Amino acid sequence: MGGLPAGKVEPTEHDYEEWERRVDALMILLSGVQGHKKLMTVDELRKNIEALPSDAYERMSYYERWVTSITQTMIQRGVITTEELGRKMAEIEKRD
Amino acid sequence: MIEPRFKPGDQVRVRKTYPLGHIRTPFYIRGHSGVVERICGAFGNPEELAQMRSGEPRQPLYRVRFRQQEVWPAYQGNAEDVLEVEIFQHWLE
Repeated sequence: MGGLPAGKVEPTEHDYEEWERRVDALMILLSGVQGHKKLMTVDELRKNIEALPSDAYERMSYYERWVTSITQTMIQRGVITTEELGRKMAEIEKRD
Repeated sequence: MIEPRFKPGDQVRVRKTYPLGHIRTPFYIRGHSGVVERICGAFGNPEELAQMRSGEPRQPLYRVRFRQQEVWPAYQGNAEDVLEVEIFQHWLE
């Protein structure tokens, strides 16, 4: 992978979970398609994925990396604050 | 937009440098020589776009063809095998 030894690649087909589809849609909307305001670029998505510590990168699934990177980008751009994010996460944890 | 400096068939070398930041030029291809296969167009500079800047002026992007045996010293495959990588102009010399 990326020019480093990584063993054999085993391709498998799988369905996407609902949350994965939502993360994909979120990225498209934030990229400014269909007249929406452009709030991030694919390059920022990649930059913040590359910034993940290697153990986190290995542990996360594809869309877990995406949602982590999107969140980081929104904080960097000031679209959301860590304060708002923390409160929302706590609120969601209380749901059934 | 920056004007293309290379054309298909030109011999090019990828700059061998390792700055920090978001860079689309793979590590494994830096320092290697290849041949321009085609000009892909011109696009915003991803190194700038990743840092919340405009990415302008657009940089020409090339598809560059490398010989696998030149890239991977222990390569066991066919001597004719090639590797194609899309590389922005500012990474080529």
